[in-house]
Amino acid sequence: MSTAIAEAEIHETPAESGVNYLNVTYGIKSWLLTLDHKRIGLLYLGSITLMFFVGGMAAVLMRLHLVEPQGALFEPETYNKMFSTHGIIMVFFFLVPSIPATLGNFLIPLMIGARDVAFPKLNLMSWYLYITGAAFALYATLSGGVDTGWTFYPPYSSLYSHTHVVTVALGVFIAGFSSILTGLNFIVTIHKMRAPGMTWFRLPLFIWAMYATSLIFVLGTPVIAITLFLLGMERILHVGIFDPSVGGDPLLFQHLFWFYSHPAVYIMILPGMGVVSELITAFSRKKIFGYAFVAFSSLSIAIISFIVWGHHMFVTGQSIYAGLVFSVLSFLVAIPSAVKVFNWTATLYKGSISYEAPMLYALGFIGLFTIGGLTGLFLAALATDVHLNGTYFIVAHFHYVMVGGAVMAYMGGLHFWWPKITGRLYPDLWARIAAAIIFIGFNLTFFPQFVLGYLGMPRRYAIYPSEFQVLNVMSSAGASILGIGYIIPLIYFIWSMRYGPPAGPNPWGAKGLEWTTQSPPLTENFETIPIVTEDAYNYPSEGAHV
Amino acid sequence: MMGFLQSGLDSLPGVAAMMQFKPPAASSIADSVDQLYLMLTGITIFFSVLIFSIIFYFMLKYRRKSPGESGTETHTPMMLELTWTIIPSLICVVLFVWSSSLYVRNGRPPNSSTEIFVIGKQWMWHLQHPEGPREINELHVPVGVPVKITMTSQDVIHDFYIPAFRVKKDVLPGRYSQIWFQPTETGTFHLFCAQYCGTNHSQMIGWVYVMSPTDYATWLAGGEKTESMAQQGERLFSQFGCGNCHSPEAAGHAPSLAGIYGKPEKTQNGETRVVDEDLIRQAILVPNSVHLPNYQPIMPTYQGQIDEEQMLQLIAYVKSLGSEERMNGK
Amino acid sequence: MSDLATHGAHPQGFAHQFEDIEQQRDAGRLGMWVFLVTEILFFGGMFTSYTIYRALHLESFVQGSHQLIVKFGATNTAVLILSSLTMALAIRAAQTGKKKGQIIFWLILTMILGAAFIGIKLRFEWYRDYTEGLIPGVHWFYNGPHAPGVKMFMCFYFFMTGLHAIHMVVGLGLLTVLVIMTARNKFSAEYYSPLEISGLYWHFVDIVWIFLFPLLYLIGGRY
Repeated sequence: MSTAIAEAEIHETPAESGVNYLNVTYGIKSWLLTLDHKRIGLLYLGSITLMFFVGGMAAVLMRLHLVEPQGALFEPETYNKMFSTHGIIMVFFFLVPSIPATLGNFLIPLMIGARDVAFPKLNLMSWYLYITGAAFALYATLSGGVDTGWTFYPPYSSLYSHTHVVTVALGVFIAGFSSILTGLNFIVTIHKMRAPGMTWFRLPLFIWAMYATSLIFVLGTPVIAITLFLLGMERILHVGIFDPSVGGDPLLFQHLFWFYSHPAVYIMILPGMGVVSELITAFSRKKIFGYAFVAFSSLSIAIISFIVWGHHMFVTGQSIYAGLVFSVLSFLVAIPSAVKVFNWTATLYKGSISYEAPMLYALGFIGLFTIGGLTGLFLAALATDVHLNGTYFIVAHFHYVMVGGAVMAYMGGLHFWWPKITGRLYPDLWARIAAAIIFIGFNLTFFPQFVLGYLGMPRRYAIYPSEFQVLNVMSSAGASILGIGYIIPLIYFIWSMRYGPPAGPNPWGAKGLEWTTQSPPLTENFETIPIVTEDAYNYPSEGAHV
Repeated sequence: MMGFLQSGLDSLPGVAAMMQFKPPAASSIADSVDQLYLMLTGITIFFSVLIFSIIFYFMLKYRRKSPGESGTETHTPMMLELTWTIIPSLICVVLFVWSSSLYVRNGRPPNSSTEIFVIGKQWMWHLQHPEGPREINELHVPVGVPVKITMTSQDVIHDFYIPAFRVKKDVLPGRYSQIWFQPTETGTFHLFCAQYCGTNHSQMIGWVYVMSPTDYATWLAGGEKTESMAQQGERLFSQFGCGNCHSPEAAGHAPSLAGIYGKPEKTQNGETRVVDEDLIRQAILVPNSVHLPNYQPIMPTYQGQIDEEQMLQLIAYVKSLGSEERMNGK
Repeated sequence: MSDLATHGAHPQGFAHQFEDIEQQRDAGRLGMWVFLVTEILFFGGMFTSYTIYRALHLESFVQGSHQLIVKFGATNTAVLILSSLTMALAIRAAQTGKKKGQIIFWLILTMILGAAFIGIKLRFEWYRDYTEGLIPGVHWFYNGPHAPGVKMFMCFYFFMTGLHAIHMVVGLGLLTVLVIMTARNKFSAEYYSPLEISGLYWHFVDIVWIFLFPLLYLIGGRY
């Protein structure tokens, strides 16, 4: 064990007695103008939680509507606005910033032994950009909504839709700069701010995942920004960029859109993979199996993700050769994901496994991500993609990855680091119950959708043939269970902020620099910058009881 | 909500019938796609069950016995890492080869296909048979005969999807996309729009009626008598004065169109393009962009004068001009 | 900033989250490089779209290019290259510990050149385009040959040069801040990072124009 870490543990002060980043200053202004990465992380936490429940509300209403084939609640126009709002808010304002902007912001400096991110002012500015973008999106939703789907395909979005396309696109455009600046900040922080002795191969895998994610932020987001800019111009000025009647090409939009939006899928899942690597090791008290493989698979996923976008366009009439190339590349991206799953599973081998709530989420993640990933093969395969593209199979597949993967990991991470963030514990029994409810509700919601898709039910249908009703009702029933599952943590987290028992610096007995400081940490994280002398996850081997 | 309960009760006896897990497979390619689907499902179940059972096994076997306990360090054998990198890679290669060969094979329509023309517009399918009959949101086809569908959109992007045939293709404005299928059994099957196209996207649906050849012939003969698409196209051809230049008598103002369809032609900017639906369309709407090098670029544009349906009829006419004689014969 | 951070005496401009001024300088430089990578992708989306449409509608784009006046584009190219030189000289002056008057002189000269670029662009190009009805969607009455394609070309022309001009304006803002900082003795031979990384940005904006000029003005074999 490193002397520096041992020393840090001696200096631990109970959260209640001392100063920490939460109580060092008071007042709204001290939060809105804060440069502390931890407070900025909490600002994000609050704002994305709001967005999550707005997007979730839309999802619940959609599922209620779909219990009847003719639609139980809305006119088709309203339903279309529901799924568009759901998609736009969940993708651009919840999933993309979720883990990076909250947990990433909070943890990166703590994990690498730095006082803050490299550019704290830029960090605060990123939050303001996010809030501005979110405000545009919410304003558009409240003032009549948008009905293009989150994909904004022209010429529908540019010439035919009568809804607030430009406002929403502007919101996404602005929020995109928040992502870019966050990614930039993280890259520089990880490169330049590591504590002495914190070499690249001693970094926690969460940091590797955040690094890979940041690369995508920096390389992908500008492209969607310019794409939405072109779309907005086309819509306002009718200049014809995506209008085939004057020589424009609507498919160009799709190419540019997916050039960002496929990597964006990995923006959502890579941080989740990072979180799960932390959780699995902490709750098995064991080194990760195949550190280098897990680390490099993150990078290779990030890189390959930029050259697979064409698999979203197999049925648009792209040439057979383009289809073949994108198909083989899409199969290729499955392999590093498989490597990760195997390594996580192998990490459990000879571990000392305990089942607190974060671990349940992590194990749920592995299972659901496995299904989500494998069903991706159906869509990388050209012949089956032709049948499944645009159906509920797609919806089920990406929800297994996005909700079963990214959101599960986000919830797991939140439960894992909550004691560090707030200095307090939450009721573990309730947390486990909620995790189980979410797992069951999730599967009941989305598994029937695989079948629906194979049967041929297209997505984005407000009204559907009655033979699909049974499966739709099952899915809707699952959604209401899932909704309850998400509300329980909201309640006990809020409860724990005031009434939760003090957590102490390291309630899980986990490794990692963030657990060597007090909970909640000081404003600049460490009293003295630690010196790192050991690998990540250096748990004592069996027999060495702590 | 009462309505929901009511319909739920009503549908109870039908639940068993409705709980199907496989769509009807009614085209020549459907079974081959289903086999691949089945294989993929098998792989998914195998690996999911494998991962889940290993996790459960480890969870029980290695659960923490005392609060202070730690795991036992294991080293990472390179062979194991390689194994679980290489095996998935091999599976992926097999799947890629399998699915791609199916895709390439399924993508090419047989030469003998009958051709049906489709225009997608918000929110209906407009179809026309070469013999002339038009249909809205319904498609009648004979069983056992390959059918080629040539599609375009009048407004936004749609997608022509017949689940029972396992075929789907986007229908784009300003260009033609094609699919083909060969129905293998008679019956009625869903036709869906599978690309979100606006408010009534979910009502842009219809039925495909696969009929026995005799029924089909009766159906074709039964409708109100119309000219064939090529005849309609021919009428437009003379109505717009195309023949003034594009006929053998017109002394070299413009190329004769006889037999031009399907032939490679060199355009003035040097590229060689096969004369297909898209090229004919482009030549009518933006003539200067594709005029042939031996002719003056004097053809006016017909942008805004010809709608999508007329365009398809003109194309059908040009395609029907198999040989010089037929044109002379007129 | 925080009484927890007691790092002892540090040079001017030192931010508390860093260990030393060297780390801060490295971080700033890397940050700007990463930002420029983002910028390349940002313009890259536009360049890709332009290239695709140019391939699709070559003749129209040549025709569109002929609507532009090369002598103003060329003048502006020279102006920008000159401004890159003066920017570099400003940094050089700071690096070698010259008097602040000299740094300010080069910075202001850079600003004048930058402003001249925008002035020429506005007065002799965009204003003229406006009077001749060459602004798609706003003021458009071109009806020569290849009208739809020319319209598309002019769209890209305005998007690309407009985006570039916005970057120029941001650059002028940065330069203003630098002039004020210099006047307040913020820089020395040891610490001049803001100058250096703003310089990187300025050169980048310059390089974007170097690509824009031939792409927009010189295609189609006029020269």
